[in-house]
Order: sequence, then C-alpha cells, then structure tokens
Amino acid sequence: MTASEAPARLRAASYIEDHGRFRGLFGWIFSTDHKRIGILYLVSTLFFFFVGMSLGFLMRLQMLSPHGELFKNADYYNALFTLHGVIMIFLFIIPAVPGSLGNFFMPIMIGAKDVAFPRLNLLSWWLYVTGAVIALASLFGSGLPDTGWTFYAPYSLRTHADIPMAVFGVFVLGFSSILTGINFITTMHRMRAPGMGWFQMPLFPWALYATSWVQVLATPVLGITMLLIFVERIFHVGIFNPAMGGDPLLYQHLFWMYSHPAVYIMILPAMGLISEMIPTFAHRTIFGYTAIVWSSMGIALLGSLVWAHHMFTSGLSDAAATVFSLLTFLVAVPSAIKVFNWTATLYKGSIALEPPMLYALSFIFLFSVGGLTGLILGALALNVMLHDTYFVVAHFHYVIFGGAAFAFFGALHYWLPKMFGRMYNRSAAYIGWALLFTGFNLLYFTMFVLGVMGMPRRYAFYLPRFQTPHVIATVGSWIMIAGILVVFTNLIVSVFKGEKAGENPWGGVTLEWQIPSPPPTENFLEPPTIPEKAYDFEGAFAS
Amino acid sequence: MSDVAAEAVRAGHAHEEHRDYEGAKLGMWLFLFSECMLFGGLFVLYAMYRADHPRAFSAGGGHMDALLGVANTLVLLTGSFAVASSITALQRGRRKLAMGLVGTTILTGVAFMIVKAVEWSGHIRQGYFPHSHLLQGKPGEQLFFSLYYVMTGLHGVHVIAGIAVLTAALVLMARGKVTQEHFVFLENAALYWHLVDIIWIFLLPLFYLAA
Repeated sequence: MTASEAPARLRAASYIEDHGRFRGLFGWIFSTDHKRIGILYLVSTLFFFFVGMSLGFLMRLQMLSPHGELFKNADYYNALFTLHGVIMIFLFIIPAVPGSLGNFFMPIMIGAKDVAFPRLNLLSWWLYVTGAVIALASLFGSGLPDTGWTFYAPYSLRTHADIPMAVFGVFVLGFSSILTGINFITTMHRMRAPGMGWFQMPLFPWALYATSWVQVLATPVLGITMLLIFVERIFHVGIFNPAMGGDPLLYQHLFWMYSHPAVYIMILPAMGLISEMIPTFAHRTIFGYTAIVWSSMGIALLGSLVWAHHMFTSGLSDAAATVFSLLTFLVAVPSAIKVFNWTATLYKGSIALEPPMLYALSFIFLFSVGGLTGLILGALALNVMLHDTYFVVAHFHYVIFGGAAFAFFGALHYWLPKMFGRMYNRSAAYIGWALLFTGFNLLYFTMFVLGVMGMPRRYAFYLPRFQTPHVIATVGSWIMIAGILVVFTNLIVSVFKGEKAGENPWGGVTLEWQIPSPPPTENFLEPPTIPEKAYDFEGAFAS
Repeated sequence: MSDVAAEAVRAGHAHEEHRDYEGAKLGMWLFLFSECMLFGGLFVLYAMYRADHPRAFSAGGGHMDALLGVANTLVLLTGSFAVASSITALQRGRRKLAMGLVGTTILTGVAFMIVKAVEWSGHIRQGYFPHSHLLQGKPGEQLFFSLYYVMTGLHGVHVIAGIAVLTAALVLMARGKVTQEHFVFLENAALYWHLVDIIWIFLLPLFYLAA
C-alpha cells in the first residue's frame, strides 16, 4: 500500500508511544484510551489464565494415582477445583475477549475514535482488578474455599471458608462486566462511523452487541444472588437456608439464571472472532452474514431460557424438566446455523492455513464436539446418568476451552501483529498449536470416556479401575501445557522482537486493516472508507 | 439517528471532549435495566416464598405500620416531582430554582431514610428480625422478615446512592458544569431517582399492604 508510506501517517504517534497524561506504568493504568485498556485486560486476564492453568496442572497431577499423587487430604483438592473454576470463569474467560480484544478492536471496526464512555471503561478495569483482589483475598480468610465455583447453598452458608469475601469479589467483578456491556451497547448505537449501518457492521462487533445485552441483563441476577449469600453469612438472615425456611433450590435457580447465559458471554464473542478469521483466510465473503447476526441474537435470547438444565437431578418437576430440555435442544439451532455458515464460507474459498486459521478450524471441530455432547447432557434420561461425572467436565472444557479459548488464542495470532505491529515466528506458532490441539484432545476426550465409565467429578480420590484413563488425561495435560508455553513464548517474544508486520499482513478487509500497525491514538487519521458490505473481498481485490 | 451519530463522531474528532446527549441517556437506561434485573431476583424470591407461605406473609404484613409506609411513599413521590421539575427549571435557565428543587429532593431522601431507620429499630426492638425468639419455628415469617430487611435494605442503599448522585449534580450545577445546555447529568440523576421511587412503589404493597 502506498498510502502507508505517506509522511503524515508515519508522523502520527501510535497508542504505544502516546502515553497521555502520565508516564510509564501510570500512563497505562490511568489511560482512558480503549486500546490501552484493551492491553490492560489482555495482560491481566492472561495472567489469571496462567494461574488457573497451574491449578489445573496440579489437579491433574493429583489424579495420577487413585489415592492422590499430591495430597492425602481432600481439602486441598477442593480448594484447587474451586479456585481453578473461579479464576478461569470470572477472572479469565468472561472478561478476556470483550475486555481485551473487544475493547481494542470493536471501536476501530465500527470506525469510532473510542468507546462511548472512556472513563467508565477504565473504571471497569479497575473494578475487575478490585474484584479479583477481593476474591483472592478470601484465600487468606478463615479456611480454604471448598464450595466449587458455584457457591451452592446450603453448603456455602455452612462451610468455614471465607465465602462472604469470595462472593463479594464476584459481585464486584459482575459490576465490572455490566459496565463494559453498557459501554459497548452505547458505543455501537452511537459511535458507528458515517456510512456504517447496523448491517455493515463486522460480525465481531455484532457478537459483542449480543454479548453485552446478556451482560447487562443477566449479570445483575448473579449480583443479587452473591449479595444474598453475603448478607446471609454476615447478618444471618435466612433466604436460602433451609433451617430458616429457605429453599436452596431457589439459589440454584437464581445462580444459573445468570450463570447459564454467562456461558454465552464466554462463547458469543469467540464466535464473533471466528466469523472474522474464516472470511479473511478463505478470502471469501462470509456466507450468510444476516443469519450469523440473527443467530447471535437468538443465542442471547434462547440462552437465557435454559438455565434449569443444570438442575435436572435437583428435584425439578417433570414438566419443568421437559420444558428446559426442549429449550436446550432449541438453543443448539442458532449455534448450528453459525457452524454451517462458517463451513459454507470455506467452500470454494482460497484457504490459507495460517496459524489463526488453524485455530479457527480447530474451533469449529472442538466446538462441534462440545455442542453435540451438550445435547447428550440436555437429554433428560442421559443427563441422570451423566450428571456430575467427568462427562460434564469434558463437555464444558470442549465448549469453553476448545471453543472460547481457542478462538481467543487464534485471534491473538490474528490481531497481535495489528496491536503491536510485529509478526511472530510462524513455525513456532504451528508447533505450539499442534501440541495444544493434541494435548487438549488427549486430556478432555479421555474425560468423556471417564464420565461414561462413571467417574464422578470433584473427587480427590477414585477407584483403581479409573486409573488408566486418568493417567492418559494427565499426560495430555502436560502436552497441552507445553503447547501453551510454546504459543505464548512465541507471541510475547514477537511483541518485543518480532519482524515488522505491516498494515495488513493477512489481506483483511475490515476497518482495522486500513490503519497503521500499531494503531495511532486517534485510530483513524482520515475518516475511514466504509465498505458497502462487510467482508467484501471481491470489491477489495478489484480495486 | 445515523446523522446524529455521524455528527457525534465528527464532533469527537474535532474536540477533546466528546458530548453525546442521546448516548449518555442510553447508557443510563441500560444501567436502569440492570438495576431492574438486580431487584428482579429478589421479587422472584418474594413471589416463590409468598406462594409457599401465604398465611405467614399476611401475618408478617400485619406487623408493618402501613401509615408510615404510605407517608414514606408520599415523601419519595414529592422528591421525584421536585427533581423532575428541576430539569424543566434548568432548561428554562432558572438555575437557582433548579438547585433549590434538587435540594428538596435530597431532603426528602434524607427524611425517607430517617423514617426507615425509625421503622427498622421499632421492628428490632419488638423482636421481629431473623433468628429472633419471636420468629423461632415460624419459617414463613422468618422469610418474610428476611426479605423485608434485604429488600428495603437494598432499596435504602439505593436511596443513599441517589442522594449522593443528586448532591454531585448540585455541586456540578453550582460550578457551572451542569447548565441550561448540558443538563444530561441532572437528567440521568433524576432517572435514577425515579427508579428508586418506582421500586419503592412495588415494595409498599408487597410488605406494608400484605396483611
């Protein structure tokens, strides 16, 4: 591109050079620039990913032998799975994609200078950090957390662990999530560049739009539930405590009323990322743009109506269970629409198997496995057999790790050259992916088998007949972690030492590829040219 | 709509400070939706428990002083009227009047909290609180009073937050930051106050008129 050599463009300081009012670290943690806040989220959520991963590594080590390889005391294992869950869910996967890539790219992709409320955006990050500190401070309270990440009553009302601190942390984290949602919805309503209609918006912003509504409407329900646990513990009122007339089942209802839609807070932005990567590397307009948009909204809506499928064995009425099972089957439809559209985009495309594309294709495969096993769990009869077994663990990790996190890692390979202007080593990226993919399947597919064999989840010790698959899964975890280390070493090295990546290394056609890498503070030095429709590769190549 | 958005983006490019009246209002409404969901969880609990224990909830309502509840409702409604009028006053350039009206709303908020404190201490003195001797072995009334304290308590926290936001609006008006042209902060503060008001209007029949 000749435009990139124009002197005016070279003179504009990138967001990395332009530190704003403060210097050094303060220039980052007090910046209201959406790109700097995106980097803050990226660093902090990845930090917690590595903490969560280390805890998972220890859990797998414990499972190496039936009597516990690490601890003979189940309390430590209880603390491990509780922390692994809380950290991975609330501190990593919920904020990761919207907070980092959403903050960084959504305004650019709709041609805006920033989000609608930049200071609120910074507040969201600070609330995230505050919530994280409070939640982790519970570790040093009266006892190790042992409730699992779901804080089910009545146990959470009885345990010695410092539950009030932990749930208050989660409440603060929820607040952060709500504010991000409000910010993003307002941004997309009000800040789209002239000429960027709703249906010209790329699919990642659309996915964030759907996600944000779920964040705004579902998170408060978790907030109030956590708050109720808090006041029950502190002031001894009785809301969920059966000793005082309360109904613990209502806790589960309220908890899942948020926490099931939360699964879609995790997966929807990831689906948006896939919708960005697939057309770029197939060099072809996305198939069924409108269907993908509406399926995002459909998932957001239907996903809010299926929460009780987590409670089929809790004593729901048959009628309720049947309705929730049916709705669960329905929610598979919009997800399948997306999968078919991505696959159709590949058809007759000119596919470049660059590292991000490998992740995108892995996503389709792994997410399909996760989604279809979700249908198995959604079927009432099978659910009774598989409930609380490793099958659930495997299903969840296929959807959230194989789905959301793979899309996130792929998008890091896709966008890191834009964010920092430097390209990573591709061979290392391929090796990292291969290890990650192999280890992942070895680890989690084995868990499906374990689940069907009858291995219950959250047990620190198990019967000797489960040992062989447990050993296989643990070895898988080592391969997977090796892959993750290769992937992130490669990415981190590239940020500092990589070759210059140029403005548009992949030939993308969305707006972020029209601006320099790394982007200037103002994002657009001249008003962006808005394509007639998103992903117009024919138009882009013709010109 | 898109023209306004376009102008907002252009204005954002031209000036350091980005002002978007519609956007600020939209953001506030979204926040109010999330507040509705927050209280919504509690209303769901109330509905379920009342369906389980209709008699106990009726008995619980009998311990409430409906007169105080209705008086407090009138206090809140007066405040809402005052803050709504203050926006019109500010739009017409009558800053002093607008500030007086916001001050009135703040006072009604304080009065509401005082009445609430009197009520709560009365209940507690009489022995109506969770775990008290009077409520031993009466699960339905335990739940009624647990919900009463949690719901009116959370509402009270919102009243305090509303007072804080209105005080901030008052300060900004005094400093000339909230003016005849840029009044969205006051408008959003008033929206928040109305939400607090509306939630109370639901709490009144659910607790005070439940007998």
